[in-house]
Amino acid sequence: MTTPKFTLALLALIAAAAVPWLGQPYLTRLATSVLILGIAATSLNIVVGYGGLVSFGHAAFLGIGAYTVGILGLAGLHSGFLGMPAAVAAAALAAFLIGGLSLRATGVFFIMITLAFAQMLYYAVIAAVPIGGDNGLRLDPVTFGSRVSLNQQTSLYYVSLVSLVAALYLCRRLVLSRFGRVLRGIKDNERRMISLGFFAYRYKLAAFVIAGGLGGFAGALFANLDAYASPELIHWTMSGDMLVMLILGGVGTLAGPVLGAAAFQLLQEVISSYTKHWMLFFGPLLLLIVLVSNRGVLGLVFREARRDG
Amino acid sequence: MAEPLLRVAGLTKRFGGLVANNAVGLEIGPGEVHALIGPNGAGKSTLVALVAGELFADAGAIVLSGRDVTNLGAHARARNGIGRSFQITSILGSFSVQENVAIAVQAHRGHSFRFWRAAEREEALNEAASAALRKVGLMSRAAAIAATLSHGEHRLLEIAMALAGEPKLLLLDEPTSGMGPKESRSLTDLFQELRGRYGMLLVEHDMDVVFALADRITVLASGRVIASGTPREIQADAAVRAAYLGDEDVPVERRHA
Amino acid sequence: MSLALLLEQVLNGIQLGVMLFLMAAGLTLIFGILNFISLVHGSLYMLGAFFAASVYGWTNDFVVSAVLAVLGTFAVGIVLDVVAFRRLYMRSHLDQVLGTFGLLLFFNDLTLLIWGAEPHFIAMPQFLSGSVPLVAGSRYPIYRLAITGAGLAVAAALYVLIMRVRLGMLIRAAASNRQMLGGLGINVRRLILLVFGLSAAMAGFAGVMTGPLVAVQVGMGDAILITAFVVVVIGGIGSVRGAFLSALLVGLVDTMGRALLPHWLGYSAGPAVASMSIYLLMAVVLLLRPAGLFAAGRA
Repeated sequence: MTTPKFTLALLALIAAAAVPWLGQPYLTRLATSVLILGIAATSLNIVVGYGGLVSFGHAAFLGIGAYTVGILGLAGLHSGFLGMPAAVAAAALAAFLIGGLSLRATGVFFIMITLAFAQMLYYAVIAAVPIGGDNGLRLDPVTFGSRVSLNQQTSLYYVSLVSLVAALYLCRRLVLSRFGRVLRGIKDNERRMISLGFFAYRYKLAAFVIAGGLGGFAGALFANLDAYASPELIHWTMSGDMLVMLILGGVGTLAGPVLGAAAFQLLQEVISSYTKHWMLFFGPLLLLIVLVSNRGVLGLVFREARRDG
Repeated sequence: MAEPLLRVAGLTKRFGGLVANNAVGLEIGPGEVHALIGPNGAGKSTLVALVAGELFADAGAIVLSGRDVTNLGAHARARNGIGRSFQITSILGSFSVQENVAIAVQAHRGHSFRFWRAAEREEALNEAASAALRKVGLMSRAAAIAATLSHGEHRLLEIAMALAGEPKLLLLDEPTSGMGPKESRSLTDLFQELRGRYGMLLVEHDMDVVFALADRITVLASGRVIASGTPREIQADAAVRAAYLGDEDVPVERRHA
Repeated sequence: MSLALLLEQVLNGIQLGVMLFLMAAGLTLIFGILNFISLVHGSLYMLGAFFAASVYGWTNDFVVSAVLAVLGTFAVGIVLDVVAFRRLYMRSHLDQVLGTFGLLLFFNDLTLLIWGAEPHFIAMPQFLSGSVPLVAGSRYPIYRLAITGAGLAVAAALYVLIMRVRLGMLIRAAASNRQMLGGLGINVRRLILLVFGLSAAMAGFAGVMTGPLVAVQVGMGDAILITAFVVVVIGGIGSVRGAFLSALLVGLVDTMGRALLPHWLGYSAGPAVASMSIYLLMAVVLLLRPAGLFAAGRA
């Protein structure tokens, strides 16, 4: 990272760390949701931004993460040291199965298939009465040892903040690694990569699984936001919203998903404070953004370097 | 005769009612330059795609160094020693020239499921990439973004990427297409240098290049092999002359630059 | 399960299948010709139903309502093409997905604003109400038979259009090579407009026909959109014939599943699995034939 960007990131981090000290619970909650959505969007960016695969079913992995933690809670297991890895593992496994099938198709088919599988999961969850059905699942707080309990706003905030920073760092290393390079190469010119000897399917599936796992982690955090695992988290519009965050912030950049998540939440807050028909304005706005720019509104504004990482 | 590098037998490919390749057979020895010529629509590109593994044949066999690769996918054939340069430039436009070749090297050296170290800084990969770039004369453009290269430079990059995988057989699909006479000649010189070290299946329309390089030539017309032999034999072949009569873009007589 | 009930479910399944076909055919034409993925056809389905509901409220005439509603959705389709999609056809799939997603959200909210959140009702037309005897003393609604027939008529007309008429040849040619067509002086722009408008009209028609059977309300298009996607995936790319067969299959599996699975698996697991049945079918198809069941030929 070049120095100006590093300084900017550091300032942002300091500002973020200060939020709970402002003593505004509503603001802290909003900021927490931005952080968690930032992790979720970052996970989707691995597949969409760097892999070039438009997955319209990513919400499924968020949901699996949330419900894993919820189900463990039902069994009396509240430790985050167990719950979080379990959420990641469950989501990664689901991603392996779903991705394994979906990646046999390409283009528009892939998009439709991912959407369909997520919808299938949605129906499965709302029909599953033992885990709450369409009422969702109440969660007991996830704890890390005796000191940290995620039903406390400040704890959740800082855990989310640290997680986001860690996720961004890991993502950066991933993208620049041998694996990341192959993935980006496949996005650029899959035919060429195959002719060089890369079995594209395997790399795309691996990316899908990694993204799914990280999405599961975000989902587990999400469940702690309101102590509640909701089937709405798996609804297909949630998948759509995450794609929207990517395009708002700039696809295929490191900071883009986080900025996009923030922009999305902010826009939603602002517009719905004026009218309950916020989609009436947001829908066409989204279309306009899509038609006008390719690198996301914020991408244009900040003129990110082509390879932010 | 020692095991040929490539043996194709009875290869047939149909697209609906059209038979693009009809029981095509040919053999390439290790280090041999084998040119594939024929009028447009003869099925040359189809044959290359079949050998590369991008298309699967309806009938026939493809044997590479004694190994039957007929049912292997393109990526597996690449790993078995096939390097490819495409007729229409197909490179990784958003990467630098250096990285394009480094990725080709990486493919050959295996182990791409590495998630931590920054690949761009890997010495071994970069050195091998630089060597390939120097070989084709593109070293000066190593840092440029591949999409910004001129057409001729693109063709060279294609070759460099094919070479970087240390293949046994090079599939060269009209490598000089779109190049001016000077560039064509310099590329032909490069191929002369590589002769003997790599087997080459060379699809070409430029007869100067073909006769300068080819050890043997196979002529395709309407999906069938109509002649196969040394350049002299081909020049004298009546069937070949007949196939080219009426085809404006491939004169059998040498062109003068 | 009695024969009468079984037969009734089969007929319902075919009816659902035919309605799904109207959605899926439009989608598969758009995918095949324009390489364009659209999330907005669910909204067009919904608009068809709402237009019909409103016109019916003024005229009390079902036929007039239906005709005007279909024309209305056709017009909306044309407007969308001209105003928005023209520029989206060349863009990436991500852009298309997001653009049409934005419109989907917009139409949902717009419908909420104009028509409100309570469900609207379209009464069945007098001449189509009533029922016919089936087997063993049971009866089957004429209306359902009528709309199945209407849908099949549209399918037949579409088949004739694509296979026989000159317009159809153009559509098929466009599916293979759009640039070439432009080079021949054919007005590709107008052709695309027509194809898109047709797909919109068919979606609207499906919405109108289904209207009297369900509650006409906001969001009714979302579920059928996703089901239509499943139909297209199972059927294979660009094949209208494939879409037809696949639509019938999906319609039958879904309907029969909902009817039979609760019997076989009990009333807790049954409905759950039933709602997933078409996706499980899709998964199996993907395992065995990733390109779709009826891929290969075009239209």
